[in-house]
Amino acid sequence: MLKILKYSFFDLMRSRWSYVYFAFYLLLGIVLLFLNNDLSKAVITLMNIIIVLVPLIGTIFGVMYYYNSKEFTELLLAQPLKRSSIFLGQYLGVSISLSMSLVLGLGIPFALYGLFNSSAIWDFSLLIITGGFLTFIFTALAFNIALSNENKIKGFGYAILVWLLLAIIYDGVFLMSLILFEDYPLDKLSLVGTMLNPIDLSRTLILLKLDISALLGYTGAVFKQFFGTSFGLIVSFSMLIIWVSLPVMRIVYKSKRKDF
Amino acid sequence: MNKVVTVFLILFFVSFFSSAQTITVCKDCNITTLKEAIKNATDFDTIIVKQGTYKEHNITIDKPLTILGKNYPVIDGEEQGEIITIVSDHVTVDGLFLKNVGNSYTEDFAAIRVIKSKFFEIRNLVIEKLFFGIYIEKSKFGKIINNKIIGEAVEEYNSGNGIHLWYSHDLDIENNHVQNMRDGIYFEFADNSTIKNNVSTNNLRYGLHFMFSNNDVYEGNTFENNGAGVAVMFSKQIKMINNVFKKNWGTASYGLLLKEINDAEIKGNTFEKNTIGINIEGSNRITYVNNNFSNNGWAVKVRGACYSNSFISNNFLYNSFDVSYNSKINDNLFDNNYWSNYTGYDLDKNGIGDVPYRPVKLFSYIVNRTPETIILLRSLFIDIIDFSEKVSPVFTPDKLLDNNPSIKKIAW
Amino acid sequence: MVTIENLHKKFGKNIVLNGVDLSIKEGGIFAVLGPNGSGKTTLIKSVLGMVIPDKGTISVLQKNIKNSSAYRHKIDYLPQIANFPGNLKVKELITMIKDLRGKTTNDDALISLFKLDKFLDKKLGNLSGGTKQKVNLVLTFMFDSPLIILDEPTSGLDPISLIHLKDLIQAEKAKGKTILITSHIMSFVEEISDEIVFLLEGKIYFKGTIEQLKTMTNQSDFERAIATILTDNHA
Repeated sequence: MLKILKYSFFDLMRSRWSYVYFAFYLLLGIVLLFLNNDLSKAVITLMNIIIVLVPLIGTIFGVMYYYNSKEFTELLLAQPLKRSSIFLGQYLGVSISLSMSLVLGLGIPFALYGLFNSSAIWDFSLLIITGGFLTFIFTALAFNIALSNENKIKGFGYAILVWLLLAIIYDGVFLMSLILFEDYPLDKLSLVGTMLNPIDLSRTLILLKLDISALLGYTGAVFKQFFGTSFGLIVSFSMLIIWVSLPVMRIVYKSKRKDF
Repeated sequence: MNKVVTVFLILFFVSFFSSAQTITVCKDCNITTLKEAIKNATDFDTIIVKQGTYKEHNITIDKPLTILGKNYPVIDGEEQGEIITIVSDHVTVDGLFLKNVGNSYTEDFAAIRVIKSKFFEIRNLVIEKLFFGIYIEKSKFGKIINNKIIGEAVEEYNSGNGIHLWYSHDLDIENNHVQNMRDGIYFEFADNSTIKNNVSTNNLRYGLHFMFSNNDVYEGNTFENNGAGVAVMFSKQIKMINNVFKKNWGTASYGLLLKEINDAEIKGNTFEKNTIGINIEGSNRITYVNNNFSNNGWAVKVRGACYSNSFISNNFLYNSFDVSYNSKINDNLFDNNYWSNYTGYDLDKNGIGDVPYRPVKLFSYIVNRTPETIILLRSLFIDIIDFSEKVSPVFTPDKLLDNNPSIKKIAW
Repeated sequence: MVTIENLHKKFGKNIVLNGVDLSIKEGGIFAVLGPNGSGKTTLIKSVLGMVIPDKGTISVLQKNIKNSSAYRHKIDYLPQIANFPGNLKVKELITMIKDLRGKTTNDDALISLFKLDKFLDKKLGNLSGGTKQKVNLVLTFMFDSPLIILDEPTSGLDPISLIHLKDLIQAEKAKGKTILITSHIMSFVEEISDEIVFLLEGKIYFKGTIEQLKTMTNQSDFERAIATILTDNHA
C-alpha cells in the first residue's frame, strides 16, 4: 500500500490541479492576512471558507482523480497487489496531497505573517486539523461515489449532490425540524443532528473555539456538558475519526467486489 | 484678610489636634484589647494596634477615633457575630486583618459596619472568612479605600456581599479587591458616589449589584468571571467609564445588565468574552460611546422597550451576534461604529463604508425563538438566509442600520 | 496450469459467461477466440482476478485464486488497450512496475529490442499508440513468470515489432511457459498457436488444435473455418 501511496502521491504532486489548489490557498491566505491586517478576522473568515470549500474540493478532486487514474488502476490490478492496498493507497495519496496543499498554502502566508509567535496559533492549528479531517472524509466519500458509478458524469453529479446536501440542504432541514419541534426538549436532538454531518461536526469544533460565549448562553444541561467541558471536543474528534473510517471501510468492501 | 483667615484656621487645627493622644494596644502593653482601648480613649485619639491576634468581636466605636494597625494585627471574631461596628462620625479604621465573622440566617453580620455616621474612612483592611464584608448603612461622606475582601462563598443563600451600601450617599470606593462573595459590591439607595479602580471577581452572583442609586460614577473597575456579571437597575444619571467586563459566562450571565436605567453615559468600557455584553431592558436615553465589544456571544441584546439610546463610535469585534432585538420596533441610533462583520466597501476612501451595516441578523431572531438552533451558527445555510433577510428585512427592524459604518477600528 | 470450472458472470442483465469449463495444461500457446462480446476479455480478466465471477472456481497453478493476489506474481499480463498514467515518464513507469513486482534485468534488452531508448524520458501521455504498445510489451515480458496472458498483443505494432513479438512469444514457449492469447488477427493466431479455444455466447464452443477445427468444419482454411462456425450459429 505504501508503494501505491508513494506513486499516487508523486503523480498528484506533479499534476496541475495540486498546484491550482495550493495556489488558491496561498492566495487566500495572503489576501486575508496582508490586505486585512486583522489576524482574528482572517482566521474567522478562513474557518468559514474552509468548512464549505474543503469538502467541495475534496469530493470533486477525489472523483476526478478516480476517473482519471482508471488506466493506472487497471495496470495495478494486474499486478500482484491486494485490491484494498491499491485503492487505499490511491485514497491516501489524494487525501495527503490535498491536505498538504492546504497546510502549505495557508501555512506559508501565516508563517510569513509571524503567526507562530502569536496566540492565534491554536485557532490556526484547529483550522488545519479540521481542514485535514474534512479532506480525508470527503475524499473517501468521493471514492465511494466513483467506485459505485462507472459513468463519469453520473459520478460527478452525485459528488456535487453529496456536497450540496451536507453543506447546505442538511442544515436547512435541520433548522426547520428544530423550529417545528421547538416545544420539545431539543438539545440532544440538535447535538445528534450535528454529529451526523461531518461539516456540521467541524463547524461545532470551530464554534467551541470562536463562539463559546454564545453557546454557554443556552440552558440545556446536555449542551452545557458538551460545550462547557472537554467532553465536546473529545466526542467531536471521535466522531470525525468515525466519519473517516466508515467510508474508508466501504472503499475496501466495495473495491473487493468490483469488476474492472 | 485672606491671610488672617488662614492663620486663624491653622491655629484652630493645631489646638484641635494637640489635645489628641495616642493609645497603643499590644499583648505586652497595659492595654491588650481594642475594646479596652476604645473605652479609655477620648475623642480624636489614635489607637495603634500592634501585630498579634486579638480575639474580639462586637467592638463598637462610638467616638471619633483613628484605629491604626501596625503590620496587620489580626482581629479574630471567632465566628461569634460582627467584629467592628462604627456608630460615630470621623472614624478611621486602617490596616487591620479581620477574620471569622459570625454567620447567621437572621442577621447580616459584617466584618465592619458603619451606621448613621459621617466622614468615616475604611482603608487597607484585609477581610477573610466572612459573612458580609464592609456594610454601610444610612451614612455619608465616607471613603472605602484599598481593602481586600476574600470570601469563600459556595451557595447564594448563606453568603454575604463584599461591600454593601444601603441608604448612603457621597461615598468614595476606590482600589478595593473583592472576590468569592455573593455580590462583590452592592448598592441600594446610594447616591452621588464614586466607584473607582476596584476589582470584583469570581463572585457567585453579581460583581456589582446596583439598585435605586442615582448620580453615581463608575470608573476603571474590573468585573471578571462573576456568576451573572454586573446588574444595574432602576437608577438615573449614572456614568460608567473605562470599566472592564470580562468572561461572564452562563445562561443568565451578562457583562452588564441594564434594567430601567435612564440618562446614563457608558463610555470607554470593554466588554470581552461575555455570553451577553450588555443586556438592556426598559432603559432610555443612554449614550454608548467608544466602547469595545469583543468576542461576546451577543454584544448588545435589547429586550423590551428601549428608546432614544445611541450607540456611537463603538467597536464591535468578532461577536457571535452584534445586536439582537426581540421586536421589530427600533428607536435607537447606531452610528459610525466599527463592525468586524461588515462586508461592505469604501470606494470614496473617506473611512466610512458606502453600504449601511445591518447589525441585527435574522439568525439572532431565530435563536431567540428556538435557542437550540444556536448549534447552526456559522453554517452556510444560515449565511444564506441572513443574506436574504439583509436584502429585504421581514423579521428584523428594517430601519435599524448603521448608516456610517467605520472601515477602521475606532481609536480614542 | 489454469483450471476453470462452471464459470458464470453477468453484467447487469447481460450474461457474458454462462458456465465455462476450461483447463489449460502447462506449456504451449493457447489462443482464445470468439466474436465481439463473446466474453474473451471477461474470461481473461476473471483469471487475473480483475473481474469477480458470480459463480464457479478458477485455479491457477492448482490454487484457488479467490481473495488472493500473490498468485499474480506467476502471471505476466498484457492489457488490451495500453492506457498508462499520462503524468509518468516511460522510465518511471518501468521503475515503478519493477518496484511493485520485484527485480528483473530483462528490461534493458527489451527496450533496445523495441528501440525505446529515445522515449525513456518522454511522458506516456505524449506517446503514439504503437509506442505505448511497445512499452506495454516491455512491461509484460521483462518478468519471468510461468503464465503469460496477452490481450490483443498485435494492435498498433509495425511489421518489425510484430516479428520481434512473435520471436519473443516463441522464445518464451521454448522455456516451457504457458501463453494465453486473444487476437482478432487470424493469420497471427494460426501461425503462433498450438491450441485454440473458441468462445460463443458465454460458452466454450470448441477446444482443440487448428487442424481439428478445420476437420470439424470441413474447411481447409482457418479463417473460413471460423467464419463457418459463426454463420452456422447465426443461421
